[in-house]
Amino acid sequence: MLLGVVGRDDPIGIHGALIFAAGILTIFLIGKDYYAPEPSDERFASYYDDPTKAGIVLAMIWVVFGLAVGDWVAWQLVNPNLTFGGGWSSFGRIRPVHTTAVIFGFGGNGLIATSLYVLQRTSRARLPDQLSPWFVLLGYNLFCVLAVTGYPMGITQSKEYAETEWYADIWLVVVWVVYFLIYLRTLARRKEPHIYVANWYFMAFILVVAMLHIVNNLAVPVSIGHAKSYTLFSGVQDAMIQWWYGHNAVAFFLTAGFLGMMYYFLPVRAGRPIFSYRMSIISFWGITFLYMWAGSHHLHFTALPHWVQTLGMTFSLMLLVPSWASAGNALLTLNGAWAKVRDDATLRFMMVAAVFYGLTTFEGSFMAIRAVNALSHYTDWTVGHVHAGALGWVAMITFGSIYAVVPWVWKRKSMYSAGLVEAHFWLSIAGALVYVFAMWNSGIIQGLMWRTYSEDGTLTYSFVDSLIAMHPYYVARAIGGLLFLIGGCIGAYNIWMTIKLPNPISEATADQPEPKAIGASPQPAE
Amino acid sequence: MSIEHDFLVGVSKSFGLFYLLALSAAVLVYAYWPSNKKRFDSAARSILRDEDKPWP
Repeated sequence: MLLGVVGRDDPIGIHGALIFAAGILTIFLIGKDYYAPEPSDERFASYYDDPTKAGIVLAMIWVVFGLAVGDWVAWQLVNPNLTFGGGWSSFGRIRPVHTTAVIFGFGGNGLIATSLYVLQRTSRARLPDQLSPWFVLLGYNLFCVLAVTGYPMGITQSKEYAETEWYADIWLVVVWVVYFLIYLRTLARRKEPHIYVANWYFMAFILVVAMLHIVNNLAVPVSIGHAKSYTLFSGVQDAMIQWWYGHNAVAFFLTAGFLGMMYYFLPVRAGRPIFSYRMSIISFWGITFLYMWAGSHHLHFTALPHWVQTLGMTFSLMLLVPSWASAGNALLTLNGAWAKVRDDATLRFMMVAAVFYGLTTFEGSFMAIRAVNALSHYTDWTVGHVHAGALGWVAMITFGSIYAVVPWVWKRKSMYSAGLVEAHFWLSIAGALVYVFAMWNSGIIQGLMWRTYSEDGTLTYSFVDSLIAMHPYYVARAIGGLLFLIGGCIGAYNIWMTIKLPNPISEATADQPEPKAIGASPQPAE
Repeated sequence: MSIEHDFLVGVSKSFGLFYLLALSAAVLVYAYWPSNKKRFDSAARSILRDEDKPWP
């Protein structure tokens, strides 16, 4: 790792020190093994899962942290005094910490961990080398740490979901290119001629996120020793670039990547091939080519030209087709395996994720319609929609995949406790539903109150009236978030205890990708 | 910017339309080409094999 910025007289100095410390640590980590003998060729007889293991642990740390901060933010909206008076702990600084920790910390680590696992299995080839996966994983986490430590200090370029400043952005580009190269090099070594569809989704995720990230973060720093930078675009162009980025971050980070996860772990866990491989290909191209144009639906009723808004709206509606094709494909795969869904909370996580995916994409297309957007925009409905996707789809599919993959990579018979998986499942679903219903109610009431006119043409309600009406829903939302957080903590504990289980089972049984159904009699694969 | 609004609209209404239509057609033809079915079916089943080692 390079020590790009060291010791400046700005908040950037703290980050310089952080990067310096990470660099020193890495030198020691590599140095420790520098004189170790070349790894023998025997390593090519097995997959390289250590980065996956580390990624899972990091993802669970991030999720507990991210959910905790998120719930804190939720309680701040109930009671503003919960900032405890610090500038660093104000809503505007803590919220990006929450979004970055859950999206990039949890989601990103989960994606890197599972994608490296899936990549090797479906290519039937080991990762090309030992060092680069570690560079990607640790480098990516350094980026996340820079991000969440920067926001409380006020280091932000004020672009939603892309708040990190220029030096962290440049670092992420380097990391991301290496990630993509690992993918290409492993695929080049593949023994299986066909590239399984999950890899297509993962590659679209990596490639497009790189494009989005680079374009949206084109900026000129004030000076090389200063954290602040100014974006290359201005006015409505800047807004359009930002939401082209923002919506495609949803599309390719939070959708394509996790669809890759779903297309591998759901069929394997259910012990059935995907219902229609053809449909998965069609949805893949549909999603990649339609999502690109949908971003402008975030800018209805703004200075953006009307036809661009309509374009975004039209493409958002068309997106329903590939989205529901994917959700339907997942659910139809489970036909014939519903008994497993009943008995196995891990598979149930994935099933519920597919249902939420279907619901959220329908809601999203609906909200992109200009007339609906007139009511929903700037209200909590949007917040509810985002969390239906984030809690219901992204987190559920990730938890399901992690619960599936943990016993496989650590060679355990099953998770430490099937009961805790079950508890996590019910807490998650309760939390997500409470959250989403609270925000639907709150958002629609808010939207209606803001547009209610009295007979003489004045607004009936003041803004404060709407705030008072929101209060009970904000309490409910924070409680829903708390349930989800408790579930996440239970999950982290369960995974930790599984790792610490003393008796690794013998290689022969551990090598079966078909898992033992937890808490039920094992069922044979098809 | 020197790119005119009319030019952009013109491109998206002509070239943009046809390239997306052609792309959709190409994807559908590829996915439903009869001889590809065997390949897709074996790909769908390939992840379910009981093995956890790279192929030599």
